[in-house]
Amino acid sequence: MVLGTPPGAQGSAPPAADGDRPVPATARAPILSVENLSLSLRGTPLVEDVSFSVAPGEMLGLVGESGCGKSVTALSVMGLLPTPPIAVSGGRVLFEGRDLARLPQPEMRRLRGRAIGMIFQEPMTSLNPVFTVGSQIAEPIRIHEGLSERAALARAADLLDRVGLPNPKAQLARYPHQLSGGQRQRVMIAIALACSPKLLIADEPTTALDVTVQAQILALIDGLRRDMGLACLLITHDLGVVAEICDRVCVMYAGRIVEAGPIVEALGAPRHRYTCALVDTIPSSNPPGTPLPSIPGNVPPPGARPAGCAFAERCGAALDRCRAEPPPIARDGARAFACWNPA
Amino acid sequence: MTETDAPLLEVRNLVKHYRDGSGATLRALDDVSLTVRRGEVVGIVGESGCGKTTLGRAVMRLIEPTSGQIRLQGVDFAALSGRALKAARRQVQMIFQDPFGSLNPRHTVGTIVGEPLVVHGVPGGRARVAELLDLVGLPADAAARYPHEFSGGQRQRIAIARALALDPALIIADEPVSALDVSIQSQIINLIVALRARLGLSMIFISHDLSVVRHVSDRVGVMYFGKLVELAPADRLFADPRHPYTRALLASVPRPVKEVVASKRAGGGLAAPTHGEVPDPTDPPPGCAFHLRCPLAVDRCREAVPPLADVAPGHAAACWRA
Repeated sequence: MVLGTPPGAQGSAPPAADGDRPVPATARAPILSVENLSLSLRGTPLVEDVSFSVAPGEMLGLVGESGCGKSVTALSVMGLLPTPPIAVSGGRVLFEGRDLARLPQPEMRRLRGRAIGMIFQEPMTSLNPVFTVGSQIAEPIRIHEGLSERAALARAADLLDRVGLPNPKAQLARYPHQLSGGQRQRVMIAIALACSPKLLIADEPTTALDVTVQAQILALIDGLRRDMGLACLLITHDLGVVAEICDRVCVMYAGRIVEAGPIVEALGAPRHRYTCALVDTIPSSNPPGTPLPSIPGNVPPPGARPAGCAFAERCGAALDRCRAEPPPIARDGARAFACWNPA
Repeated sequence: MTETDAPLLEVRNLVKHYRDGSGATLRALDDVSLTVRRGEVVGIVGESGCGKTTLGRAVMRLIEPTSGQIRLQGVDFAALSGRALKAARRQVQMIFQDPFGSLNPRHTVGTIVGEPLVVHGVPGGRARVAELLDLVGLPADAAARYPHEFSGGQRQRIAIARALALDPALIIADEPVSALDVSIQSQIINLIVALRARLGLSMIFISHDLSVVRHVSDRVGVMYFGKLVELAPADRLFADPRHPYTRALLASVPRPVKEVVASKRAGGGLAAPTHGEVPDPTDPPPGCAFHLRCPLAVDRCREAVPPLADVAPGHAAACWRA
């Protein structure tokens, strides 16, 4: 059984009955399946045995702290890993039956920006400052679909309207520096949607934005995946954002997925001690002024990860066994976790 | 009013204007008045460009205010210069957001933490540094090491030790935990809360993160477009926000995980976001700066700027409809 993949999404096993609650989208066949992916940097493991899948219309959150491997995992799905120095040391990234981890770059280029759209954290540096908004949205349409400049610009105006930019025709002639952070992120989303992708990968899409704008962008992405049946992979450090917008979550720690499942289960009643600690430590989970249940120490860096559970050193419930052996994957309803002494 | 009842810090009608390249005036701080009592933590929240960092820096006199008064322990800090300013600066210390950029990489931790003592000619540096490192939970041998040998959370401890070196009357913390991962963030928040209880610190705590501000502050001020739009005891502000911008801000923040889970169990979805963005700071709208985004706006809001006025004891809001 693979962590991060909903029951029924793999092989022919029927979807698990989950009380009287329907599990949205998970019954559909996944469009993206990452299977036992391992990535390494000059022989040092960065990501180990990571598996998850995303179905059309579903939003999956990949959450964790700096250095947990969430961004490098997303880059491997997009074929944007710098190889070398980073190498795929095991596993597969299956997208519509093809292994993206081993796809030659020319074929990957045909997928990227077409079947797979991407949004990054920094909308200022991801847009080219010397080209107009219109030409940047039109570019993938001309390249992937061979439309004329005029037809591509007409589509670009429709897209800007769709992402909620007022007066879209006038926006086409503007340059990125003339836009606010929120407007730039809307342009990024318009570019990502330009060729009607099936999968949207959003890496910290709202981290650089203010909270009121963050709420607007999250509502936009949420609406798009519902209306267009887009499969979404959201990478973030913010547990609050994941809880609000995702259907399912994979919690990563030190290069591994430690717990995965529907939000209501994985964050509502976490089993892995790291997930528990993460939920408990955020200020909004605690009465004002009271000491936060903090997690001592730091995340072990790649290359210095311990033999057993990587969280054992910081865990209040660690047993001798936790330090000696890596915990196996256990299941509890629709959720999976890897912990010797679960909550 | 006796000496001890007087507020520690009294900011009155503080204004900071900048001129941009085209000569347009940008009102970074627009008539802000605020007090901090002894032993009190006043949180300042708001989005980028609202003036919260400018406020902190102007109080520190790291930037010169255009007009207004900053009375610290009864002395007008804004009018001081030269030696008198240097002496008064001992009383105000700052903790910055970026624990990587705010520590000199070529100096040892001992030098960094001890520097304020050297600058102000306070004797007994080495013993005081050891005491400070212990206070913030760093090992004694940290003094001989360099910033790059420490993690982000430990560096922020170093910055806190430096800020405490001179026993300042007021600490200004500008986004002190924003650059840290959540597991480290809670360690630093706990340290700040514990130090405050132990040392009776008075603090202005600036952050964009409402949940962090709520956790550490006695009173909270909300800034929008260079103005203080609401000021109230923390529990009141979060329980009964009166300014529509404060309400929008609170509604935009991801809810506590337990609350979201309960809402999802009941089939709830995302709340509708507040529309619009902050106006162009060089071209402010007439009247209340929030009226373009405000669901309650009436003609008066488009015409006249609402003053910050009491809506309940200790609770002020700058809104015609509050």
